[in-house]
Amino acid sequence: MRGTVTPRVTGPDRPPTEPENRTMSQSYAAEEGTPAAAPVEVPHGAGDAVLSIRDLEVEFPTQLGVVRALNGVTFDVPRGKVLGIVGESGCGKSVTARAILQIIEKPGRITGGSITLRSVGGETEITGLSPDSARMRELRGREIAMIFQEPMSSLNPVYTIGAQIAEAVLIHQTRNREEAHKRAVEMLRQVGMPHPEAAAASYPHQLSGGMRQRAMIAMALSCNPTVLIADEPTTALDVTTEAQILELIRNVRDRAGMSIMFITHSMGVVAQLCEEVIVMYLGRIVERGSVDDLFYDPKHPYTRALLRSIPRIGRNRKAPLEVIEGSVPDPHTRVAGCPFHPRCPEAIPGRCDTTVPALSTAGPGHTVHCHLYQGDDETGRTEPGEDA
Amino acid sequence: MLIVVARRAVYMIVTLAVVSVLSFAIIAAPPGSALSQKISQLQSQGGEVTEAQIAALKEQYGVDESWFTQYGKWISGFWHGDFGFSFTLNEPVGSLIWSRLGLSLLLSIGALLIAWGLSIPLGVYSATHRRSLPDNVITVIQFVGVAIPEFLFALVVMTLAANYLGADVGGLFSSQYENAPWSWAKFTDLLEHLWIPLVVIAAGSTAWLTRVMRANLLDVLNNQYVQTARAKGVSERKVIWKHAVRNSLHPLVMTFGTTFPVLISGEAIVSIVLNLPTIGPLLVNSLLNKDMYVAGTILLMLSALLVIGNFVADLLLTVIDPRIRVGE
Amino acid sequence: MTTTPPPPVTEPPAPSALADAGNGAATLPQWRLMLRRFLKNRLAVASSVVLVVLYVCAILAPFLSPNPYDQQNVDLKNASPTAVIWSGGPAICSREQQLDTETFTYEYRSDCSKPVPLRFFGKGYEYKLFGLIPTDRHLVTVDKPHTLLIWGADSAGRDVFARSMQGARVSLTIGLLGVAVGTFLGATIGTISGYFRGAVDTLLQRFIELLMSLPTLPLWLALAAILPQDMSVTSRYFLITLILSLVGWASLARQIRGKVMSYAASDYVAAARIAGSSSARIVFRHLIPNASSHIVATAMLAVPATIIAETSLSFLGVGMLPPAVSWGVLLSDAQNVATVQQYPWLLIPAALVVLAVTCFQLIGDGLRDAVDPYG
Repeated sequence: MRGTVTPRVTGPDRPPTEPENRTMSQSYAAEEGTPAAAPVEVPHGAGDAVLSIRDLEVEFPTQLGVVRALNGVTFDVPRGKVLGIVGESGCGKSVTARAILQIIEKPGRITGGSITLRSVGGETEITGLSPDSARMRELRGREIAMIFQEPMSSLNPVYTIGAQIAEAVLIHQTRNREEAHKRAVEMLRQVGMPHPEAAAASYPHQLSGGMRQRAMIAMALSCNPTVLIADEPTTALDVTTEAQILELIRNVRDRAGMSIMFITHSMGVVAQLCEEVIVMYLGRIVERGSVDDLFYDPKHPYTRALLRSIPRIGRNRKAPLEVIEGSVPDPHTRVAGCPFHPRCPEAIPGRCDTTVPALSTAGPGHTVHCHLYQGDDETGRTEPGEDA
Repeated sequence: MLIVVARRAVYMIVTLAVVSVLSFAIIAAPPGSALSQKISQLQSQGGEVTEAQIAALKEQYGVDESWFTQYGKWISGFWHGDFGFSFTLNEPVGSLIWSRLGLSLLLSIGALLIAWGLSIPLGVYSATHRRSLPDNVITVIQFVGVAIPEFLFALVVMTLAANYLGADVGGLFSSQYENAPWSWAKFTDLLEHLWIPLVVIAAGSTAWLTRVMRANLLDVLNNQYVQTARAKGVSERKVIWKHAVRNSLHPLVMTFGTTFPVLISGEAIVSIVLNLPTIGPLLVNSLLNKDMYVAGTILLMLSALLVIGNFVADLLLTVIDPRIRVGE
Repeated sequence: MTTTPPPPVTEPPAPSALADAGNGAATLPQWRLMLRRFLKNRLAVASSVVLVVLYVCAILAPFLSPNPYDQQNVDLKNASPTAVIWSGGPAICSREQQLDTETFTYEYRSDCSKPVPLRFFGKGYEYKLFGLIPTDRHLVTVDKPHTLLIWGADSAGRDVFARSMQGARVSLTIGLLGVAVGTFLGATIGTISGYFRGAVDTLLQRFIELLMSLPTLPLWLALAAILPQDMSVTSRYFLITLILSLVGWASLARQIRGKVMSYAASDYVAAARIAGSSSARIVFRHLIPNASSHIVATAMLAVPATIIAETSLSFLGVGMLPPAVSWGVLLSDAQNVATVQQYPWLLIPAALVVLAVTCFQLIGDGLRDAVDPYG
């Protein structure tokens, strides 16, 4: 996977990923050479999806009006793979992640759709659970774990790292404090933390950003969740640390066969890590497909624009870096028709600004929401009933 | 850690030294001295005041000396517990102050405990049930609570207690226990008298601290680590009390330094209204009578309490927040 | 954050595309946004209205009062509020003072069979409206020899309502004035301290810490007690104002210093400095305008404490002194429970204090939220 795409598209300033902490690692950390997961020919049949999200809608009532953060989002998280979710800030990536765990900040709330989790214990309809119910709490951390963007602020400053990891273990796995502590240290060792005992006894502010993110990952993995949601876990880190963390996440997938939902705004990171990608814009999915589909044959004008805006080594230096015309509209405005049409160079007047494009299939496992591929064009097999 | 404590201790002493000069200067500044007050007092009692008497009084009061010399005499007495002499009450300042200071401290600290004990749960409830009816009620009470001057609240509570509870208000003891030896009955009588000042003194600070607590907690609840805790399956009650409240206590402890003077001020004014033998009424009288050694000593003592209060707050902070503990 | 850096030149989106609701918010000037947020806060707006009414009352005090505020009347010692009845129009009962020979207190007997009608805009005592226009018209009057005492009378038979209105003049201005002086001091010193840092900052901060380690009320008491008892009302007013502001500026200076420090560290100040702006220019063009909204909000939040302070000092007999009239002075008549139980109307000025302070507080809160909605 990695081998196929990275040479073609490199993320901004990305050095080749360095294997790190080889000496410390026993489990997830480093050691390359394990066969990468099978490339993505498999279309996403719902049968093999760990998480199925259908027509998810989330609204935030604010003083200036209701902000619709998600407008009917439908996708599956495939088992044992890394699904990337890409988009600009405010496109609804993080809201989607929080909706799955039902930890959306007030006053935001899920107003429609369903989220289904298929784990060892069977199927669970998450939207049917009350956010503070015992069952929902049981799912959090145990079935679905989450890593947040800011390693600086995502750990509680007044408790030690060890205590915070042990807390999760104590909730889900054991009642024995000593055992939980041991497990915490063990997890820290597994994520390649140097001196895990000392790290467990230290407070968040005593660790560097990268180490804190490792601690977060250790916490997330401590109860062997079925799905790991990573919400821009490397955005706040410098490039070298980012490479190390990405390597760690890759190893987590390879060793534990964990399903990972990886949220990022960086196409470069997607290329390095993911097998399937969803591109979101203004609370809607605009395109979904395998990494190869998206990088070699992007359909949606927004995806194409995103790809063009990545600086590439070896390109004509004098040519200006391409940017997407316009900017993301104010969240309070409702854009009629296709959300991207005000910025789209190929917008069809009279069509794109009136109706929301339905889903079209662009190939096996490759779908797009765009009027360009509907009705009269070659791929235009529309699926009615969606987003109408 | 020890170095920090030592540095703070030195700083405290320097502050107190400056405060002592300042308070003495303030008190010594006004024209019309205790002496002239004393003379007019003696004259009004109907006695002729002879030149010799005046001279003797001048000698005793040390009026002719510069204020700096007076200050020197006053402050050097502190080493052996001699705070000077009250001109109007004809008593050494030391014997006047100690029992009153004790009662003042008892009231202030009691009120502080009440204020904290109430404001933390109230603030937490208010913040976690935002815009609910109880939150709005608490908010309104807070606003009014902060808006009512202490003396007024004291008057109202006293009047209500006198009217509806038939309580014997004002003073420390009912008349029959005034001079009785200590007994259980006398103790309960004391408590019956103390609850009104305690409630009154604590009310304003409770209202204020509830607001602080509510705002802090709302701030903290926006933090990512609260979401982290939720995401690992911690129950909402534990998210609030273990993760959020612990972090929002921080500014509350910092306000310890500012709450304490407010309580002492409140105690002073409430005691005047309720006629309690604390430091407050003594200070007002000594200021009005230019009884400078009494006033100066009280000002200095109160400042000392404050500085110590701040010091305690700093220490508490290091206990609560590991960032400060290790960061220093 | 984004992979797509915002373009330097942007074609505005087609007007048809974007509904214009809320979109205008981004283009309004800063102060208009603040005003809009403030106006959304209903409590704050209502408080502003109430305060305006109170200030108007203070200005029109003699017009509103049927009796001069300093007129003593032995026949009306501690008279209770006059009951207003309806008798073909608003009217009051006539009443007579009687001395209860057993308790030696005055009692008043109302006689509602002979109602005395209220007259609007009738003639009464002479005064100068706004201190300029001589007139004798009053909002409400009654025919002599009756007296309209809607809030009763004090121990010298003076009209509590008239005194409360007159007292508002002192109580409602002394807080504002004290805070204004304190704000000026605090803002100046805070800006200097935060901008120049170094030794100046250290020195000022130590001084502020020192000032803050003195207990407020005792310090106020001590300072107010210095003032000679026989000063003129006006000079005492200004000196008390000064004393109140002397204590309050310290915490304000602290806050301003913090703000200025954060602004001074910002890029645009660095840019201004590189462009060769002088310190004075940076302070006056960049720092003060930026901090001003915070200064106003903080100052507003300091008004309640100052009003309470004046009231408390006057209540204790060291603030404003009779013959001056302020709400605190009026309340000093009600120092003990017995008085309050017998003549509860003497506490009416206290209700005004609470009302005014609550309003100032709500406005201050509203302003702070408007200035810094996320803080």
